[in-house]
Amino acid sequence: MAVIKTENLSHVYSEGTPFVKTAIDNISIEIEEGQMIGVIGHTGSGKSTLIQHFNGLLQPTSGKIYIDGEDMWADKSKLRDIRFKVGLVFQYPEYQLFEETCYKDIAFGPKNMGLDEGEIDRRVREAAAFVSLSEEQLMKSPFELSGGQKRRVAIAGVLAMKPKVLILDEPTAGLDPKGRDRILGQIKEYHQEEKNTVLIVSHSMEDVAKFAQKVLVMNRSKVFLYDSVENVFARAGELSQIGLAVPQITQVFMELKKRGYPVNSNVYTIEAAKKEMIRLLEKGGEVRA
Amino acid sequence: MLRDITIGQYFPGQSPIHKMDPRMKIIATLLYIVMLFVASHPLSLIVGIAMLVLMYRVSGIPMKMITKSLKPVVPIIIFTSVLNIFFVSGDPLFQFGFIEITRQGLMLAILMSVRILCLIAGSSLLTYTTSPIELTDAIEILLNPLKKVKVPVHELSMMMTIALRFIPTLIEETDKIMNAQKARGADMESGGLMQRAKALVPILVPLFVSSFRRADELAMAMECRCYRGGDGRTRMKQLHYSHRDWIALCIMLVSIAAVLLLNRILA
Repeated sequence: MAVIKTENLSHVYSEGTPFVKTAIDNISIEIEEGQMIGVIGHTGSGKSTLIQHFNGLLQPTSGKIYIDGEDMWADKSKLRDIRFKVGLVFQYPEYQLFEETCYKDIAFGPKNMGLDEGEIDRRVREAAAFVSLSEEQLMKSPFELSGGQKRRVAIAGVLAMKPKVLILDEPTAGLDPKGRDRILGQIKEYHQEEKNTVLIVSHSMEDVAKFAQKVLVMNRSKVFLYDSVENVFARAGELSQIGLAVPQITQVFMELKKRGYPVNSNVYTIEAAKKEMIRLLEKGGEVRA
Repeated sequence: MLRDITIGQYFPGQSPIHKMDPRMKIIATLLYIVMLFVASHPLSLIVGIAMLVLMYRVSGIPMKMITKSLKPVVPIIIFTSVLNIFFVSGDPLFQFGFIEITRQGLMLAILMSVRILCLIAGSSLLTYTTSPIELTDAIEILLNPLKKVKVPVHELSMMMTIALRFIPTLIEETDKIMNAQKARGADMESGGLMQRAKALVPILVPLFVSSFRRADELAMAMECRCYRGGDGRTRMKQLHYSHRDWIALCIMLVSIAAVLLLNRILA
């Protein structure tokens, strides 16, 4: 069964003023349990609005959302429980830290869930381990840490709630390549261990290629494509028409194929590219086009 | 939800009122307020209401914005009306036991509430049709004479510009932080006073931290562009009075005269 399902979901901001804007328009999708999904689209394509509907921070102007088959807005008193089920990490989450120590900040979510002390402690330590925060860092004030560390504390704060669905809005924005790979690696590890559903909003096709099984492409408030990574990247032409590009390495292989080299063009990561190149070189003489 | 605050919200447009010199708009607004207070008879306030309708029509601001801007003052109006109706002495109209309603009290209640309503709606029009930047520019120039008595006019208006500029940013930021904490299960809608005050901590701390950071960055950016106060600073947009400004002034003065005349006739 789909863990998240939307039916003709639309949201209009500032209705009835000159600033009226349709942020998402008639969206119907189903997100299966246990998948890792990349959400891609331009700034202003409605990604952030869409994911804020998934945990009830925004109420749809029209349409319905079902979490585990239950209509989210049928009973407003249950909204808070849904927020524990669907964890949302915002863009630049380090700006939401407020406690005296990282430990207390990570414990904020579990405490709101009403868990007992022992369970809270266990969850905080587990979450901290996932984002590799040391014991010493846990007891520090979050304002003493570096930007990347702060971000990992903020992500741990949501991980500690053990949400069934984890949604991250550009978790790597503003980080250097090393910090980026580290956070994505940790999220992937968490996904493999917990077998939960993960949605990551990202600008980078390279990143999406690395972790996602399925890709949701948003364009002008609508779902442009929602399919497996292979099927989405196979439509490179359409993607570039809406101003999105397939990973650079894929472009290289598409160009090679165009020039007559016998390569597969469904190569999305450097590792796959390496294998494909070796296969090609081993063929030796036939390579000349 | 925080987005719905409309006080001081600017509606871009191309109407004659939008194009007026902001200095004259401020002067005209002040004159309008004077007119409202000069009117001593409920009937002479009709001029005020007529002016209001006319100005909103010309400016193209939707009429329902009037009701939106008036919502916050309704309690004040009810309060003053009740005071006026029950506590002004004069010729009694009705009498039930010790409660007495007089003609003068009723008149005064109507006068005061219409005055307040027109005042708020009229001055809202100023902020609906003038961008905050134009407004502070105009205030700076209008207050210029005060420089002679060592009032730091430029600094004050710069502070105002910055404050106004950051209101939407802060609202957005508050919204974002509130959402982030709500996503972690923060409960801000229930509980007693103490509990609610405590629930604000996770919002206020990050908000303060980011405001200070932002202030720092802004100061740095201004210094990088050689900002050194108001001395010798020129403006990109020079303000000029045009025909329409003088016409607006004339209309305002004529309507004050009309109100005075009506007062005389009706007295």
